[in-house]
Amino acid sequence: MNPALVNFVYIIASILFILGIKMLGKAETARKGNLISAVGMLIAVVITLFDKKILDCNDPVSWGLLAGGLFAGTLIGAVMAKKVKMTSMPEMVALLNGFGGLASLLVAAAEYYFDMVKAEPAMPDTFSKFAIIATILIGGITFTGSLYAWGKLSGKISGKAKVFAGQKAVNALVALLSIAAAVVFVWADCFGLGFDMMVLATVLSLLLGIAAVMPIGGGDMPVVISLLNSLSGLAASAAGFVISNNVLIVAGCLVGASGIILTVIMCKSMNRTLSNVLFSGFGASASKSQKVDGEMKPISVDDAYFVLEAAQNVVFIPGYGMAVAQAQHAVKELAEILENNGAEVSFAIHPVAGRMPGHMNVLLAEADVPYEQLKEMDEANRILETADVAIVIGANDVVNPAAAEDKGSPIYGMPIIEAYKAKTVFALKRGKGAGFSGLENSLFFRPNTRMIYGDAKATVNELVAKFKDK
Amino acid sequence: MEIILLLFIFTLAAFLGFELISKVPSQLHTPLMSGSNAISGITIVGAMISTAGTEGSMTATVIGLCALVLAAINVVGGYMVTDRMLAMFKKKGDK
Repeated sequence: MNPALVNFVYIIASILFILGIKMLGKAETARKGNLISAVGMLIAVVITLFDKKILDCNDPVSWGLLAGGLFAGTLIGAVMAKKVKMTSMPEMVALLNGFGGLASLLVAAAEYYFDMVKAEPAMPDTFSKFAIIATILIGGITFTGSLYAWGKLSGKISGKAKVFAGQKAVNALVALLSIAAAVVFVWADCFGLGFDMMVLATVLSLLLGIAAVMPIGGGDMPVVISLLNSLSGLAASAAGFVISNNVLIVAGCLVGASGIILTVIMCKSMNRTLSNVLFSGFGASASKSQKVDGEMKPISVDDAYFVLEAAQNVVFIPGYGMAVAQAQHAVKELAEILENNGAEVSFAIHPVAGRMPGHMNVLLAEADVPYEQLKEMDEANRILETADVAIVIGANDVVNPAAAEDKGSPIYGMPIIEAYKAKTVFALKRGKGAGFSGLENSLFFRPNTRMIYGDAKATVNELVAKFKDK
Repeated sequence: MEIILLLFIFTLAAFLGFELISKVPSQLHTPLMSGSNAISGITIVGAMISTAGTEGSMTATVIGLCALVLAAINVVGGYMVTDRMLAMFKKKGDK
């Protein structure tokens, strides 16, 4: 088929991606936007089947391979998407992201390898070599970085930041070696050396992905995931330069740019810089022994019930603990009962609560909580000033007043949800331990705070039962 | 010249990407991320070309095929999971 026609269809696909991303940014149009971008992907794939490079090798094997590969991938992807639990969404996104990165890496490697072994070997020009090695480095980091993040998020590897002596030096060395291998690769004029360098750069980039995510703790995962997402887009874009393909360049670059924006938003909402998140090993050194005076005061479920029964304005503040306990449905039930009891109910969502951007929104949406009840931080803080009860469910650092008051605290300056402003605070917590950052939370020691220990889901269910019994 | 054109496209796409995302409510961050993650699976097009365009080298074809399967998982899984999430976002009273 005429390459101009193929490229024309690629333009249409790119337009659909752009419209799709735009519509994904508004609640009313988001679902349609996703569909539109999927249609763009479909027509890009279909028109590629008629690309000259594919049709020209007119053996049935190519088409068979393509059909088989597409079918296998579609099947696996569909099953994964159907089976995944909403609470496991962060690791699912990480895993898919890793696959995308590896795919781009393989495209670049196959391209170089084919140039080397085909009937008339032809050394790619300098720019192509640069694109190939860039794809491999970015793709490799994306792949193992995402896999490692997936391991941390799904609990297969400890979610804590891992720091060892000389780690920064080792990481810097691996990074420098990768760059050196890349430079030699671009400079090399013969395939022998070039191929060796490509293999070396691949191995180093895979190491680098692991090394980069290792010192980052679970609570910083929203930043890491959106950064890796951005990288997988850049890898696809670089692969587009390798095969001179417009749609790869445009679509990959859109994802790369939007991923970076999300990353910056996440960092801002923690009042930290990206390099602080990536390199500081935040949260690795447990309990920096900030003494908090006073003691945590527990309350029984019975007493909590009486307080809630009389409450006019209740704010739920969910955190990662709600996801772990799978308590979202129970929480929604309690919220509904409180509403029927005449209380104003809202949910205060911190931008980095949970393990990926918007994690809490997804979980609460799964439980059918209408999204008008979900309040972003600023609005939530206004509501909290007049709230009777704030119920903190598995959130910790995002409600820690030390962020506003204690200049020595590592989270000082992070905007928080000001739960302490409510007349009464109930904190649902498994035990007395500190949060992800290893900090004591002075909220739990405040005179207006009462702790309800135990599994969050069980606790909320007990409260629901009390209301039903009355 | 072609390189310059490609870089030109890349630059414009980068600015467009920044503009598109700057004001998205935080409740949509997850679907936006997984939706754009699916778009980064566009590398599937490259994988198809690598699979079918590397006739004569078994190794290159197999590498391309691996890329194809991985990219297809990324694309299909990404779009479906995003749709599943977005289907749950409801207004009060919607059923």
